[in-house]
Amino acid sequence: MERVEESSGAEFSAQQWQDVDGIIDQHRGQPGALIPVLEEVQAVTGYLPAVVQRRVARGLGLPLSRVYGVVTFYSFFTMKPRGRHQIRICTGTACHVRGAQRNVNQLKTSLGIEIGECTDDREFGLETVRCLGACGLAPVLVIDQDTHRQVKKEQLPQILRQYQGAAEVSEG
Amino acid sequence: MIKLSIDDLPVEVPNGTTVLEAARRINIHIPTLCAYQELNHFPGACRVCLVECDRSRSLVASCVFPVAEGMKIWTHTERVRKARRAVVEFLLSDHPDDCQLCQKNGACELQAIAEQVGVRKIRVNRSDLSRHQIDSSSEALRRDPAKCIYCLRCVAVCAQVQGVNLLTPAGRGFDARVVPALGLDLADSNCTYCGQCAVVCPTGAIVEKDDTERVWAALADPQKHVIVQEAPAVRAQLGEEFGMDPGSLVTGQMIAALRRLGFDQVFDTNFAADLTIMEEGHELLQRVKQNGVLPMMTSCCPGWIKFVEHFYPSLIPNLSTCKSPQQMFGAIAKTYYAQIAGVDPKDIFVVSIMPCTAKKYEAARPEMCDSGFRDVDVVITTRELGRMIRGAGLDFVSLPDEDYDPPMGQYSGAGTIFGATGGVMEAALRTAYAVVTGKTMPNLDIQQVRGLAGVKEAALEVGKLGQVRVAVAHGLANARKLMDRVIAGTTDYHFIEIMACPGGCVGGGGQPLPASEEKLRLRAEALYRDDALVQKVRESHMNPAILALYEHFLREPLGYRSHGLLHTKYTERGE
Ligand code: SF4
Ligand code: SF4
Ligand code: SF4
Ligand code: FES
Repeated sequence: MERVEESSGAEFSAQQWQDVDGIIDQHRGQPGALIPVLEEVQAVTGYLPAVVQRRVARGLGLPLSRVYGVVTFYSFFTMKPRGRHQIRICTGTACHVRGAQRNVNQLKTSLGIEIGECTDDREFGLETVRCLGACGLAPVLVIDQDTHRQVKKEQLPQILRQYQGAAEVSEG
Repeated sequence: MIKLSIDDLPVEVPNGTTVLEAARRINIHIPTLCAYQELNHFPGACRVCLVECDRSRSLVASCVFPVAEGMKIWTHTERVRKARRAVVEFLLSDHPDDCQLCQKNGACELQAIAEQVGVRKIRVNRSDLSRHQIDSSSEALRRDPAKCIYCLRCVAVCAQVQGVNLLTPAGRGFDARVVPALGLDLADSNCTYCGQCAVVCPTGAIVEKDDTERVWAALADPQKHVIVQEAPAVRAQLGEEFGMDPGSLVTGQMIAALRRLGFDQVFDTNFAADLTIMEEGHELLQRVKQNGVLPMMTSCCPGWIKFVEHFYPSLIPNLSTCKSPQQMFGAIAKTYYAQIAGVDPKDIFVVSIMPCTAKKYEAARPEMCDSGFRDVDVVITTRELGRMIRGAGLDFVSLPDEDYDPPMGQYSGAGTIFGATGGVMEAALRTAYAVVTGKTMPNLDIQQVRGLAGVKEAALEVGKLGQVRVAVAHGLANARKLMDRVIAGTTDYHFIEIMACPGGCVGGGGQPLPASEEKLRLRAEALYRDDALVQKVRESHMNPAILALYEHFLREPLGYRSHGLLHTKYTERGE
């Protein structure tokens, strides 16, 4: 199981923490509160790192293991920060056959991150997804809301540049 | 009552009974794997217990399927046997295939099931197990998630029995596994190292860390003077490793086996248990007389200590400052014993045989070196000692009874009952009574603190001290209930005994497997027999070896030397 890095929580502002505590207070004592609380909290903090899970567990009086179990069970919860631009690569059968893995490898090297991570400057996040149902366009990748079709690995630097703010992307 | 037929035999059981249970009533034992009766744990996860039922087109999991009037069940039709075999094949396809190298080899329930259902080949593709990582971060336990079959027994015991709630299923599908919260390594978590998860785990996915090679190495080193101590509960457990009946008291054979393994001196933790009572009894009297922090709480159990350090730091001042018997033994062995035996303490190597996995961690705590050396060098469990004895080719059952070595082998009946829940309390009260009144307690058996009730209470008149009120709990979930009451201020106890494991150390994380409540009872009875029938001296302060230790070395309980060697402090660790 992916291991959560412990951090102090200094990356979140006082306002964010206040909002988190407010959400917890609102739901405290309600049965089945955990999932809605985590959803609302993730909307505030962007993701659910260890510090945030600990805060929720303590606030709701639940074992940390319960919170962690739920966070890892539902795919819409994430323990890693997402990028401002989230790259989702389809690894369904059709895309796989047409070279999705080459694109995955290329992006991992050029961004310097693994699947499920995001760049230090939080510009890009990288994840793989099961079939997107666009097999005719394979291999497909989606960045934010845009679908990029029949992507060859040589085109990737060009594609990334369209989304890039200040961040540098090396052409590996 | 419900009438049904199982394999064409009639059976009548109460409404709500499962098919599995109904079958057992007529001595049909349907194979199970994830189920664990003692915990009332029937997650219906493994599907090994499938049977055919006339009310259902598909096969049903008998461990969760309730009986109904007139129902017909078949437990070993061709269809059932094929399906069961397929289920086990599938489990094995996602499991390592090197059983010979596994610590659980021979005691593994997955092996046993594979044998029972007759798996001879695996027709599905084996999965890649390299996604799993072994966690050997702690001194006590080793987790190998590749061997996990997802039965969730460990999750249940950690939550329901121990109230620690550390383990959890996480992830889903192919990535699903059972891990400590946040996926932490055990050493970074709030695990108490009680080892109850290792007791219930059917496979080698959670096991005690095996330290037997370190013991063999010390025994083979001519430079080392290797001495051994055995915890009270070990003498009531070890026979089971060799097929003897649970509750066999094998003190003499255990000593003989240890001599044959090559230990230079065979001593006994019970000696140090008597010493603990001297110190702890006097500490209690001092706290009562001088308005110290009450209730005082026992500190013999390292699982309990770590639990307090994580979850109840505000109660640290309530913990007795006494080290556990194991650690007192080590500190005395490398000072007093070194002196009287004329051995350089740097050459003394102390081995502990414990029913316990947490003791491995306790011996490694950084502060446990007051003798100037690591007080206890290696800790092995009852199961590991069983392995060593088998490895040496000793026929344990036919060994003659032998006697311990003086002086640190001599013990009283009070020392031996430490191994059962309530035993420390009973031993302490015997001595406290004698210290206060100058007389032996009229009845040395304090029945109110014996037995397997989760929380026990007693009140005793102790001379001019008046009434002394005590409580005893075992299993950390029970301890939690008691501690919440202490914090709420609704109790007025003077003294509380807590043991992390159900039944106390007789049910420790290092006990022979498989465990059951019945075995706890039988092992405890063996210890009470040792106390009442075998030992001539039944009070710690009457143990002549202890009296000599005070006369020649320690001088007095809670004295200057005691403070340096026998007392300790605790660390707040955060939830
Ligand atoms: S050793 Fe005890 S506390 Fe630690 S995970 Fe196992 S059952 Fe829980
Ligand atoms: S670690 Fe052992 S007890 Fe826990 S779920 Fe896995 S197989 Fe079962
Ligand atoms: S009760 Fe005994 S066996 Fe269990 S953790 Fe405590 S000392 Fe170890
Ligand atoms: S024993 Fe019935 S499902 Fe596992």
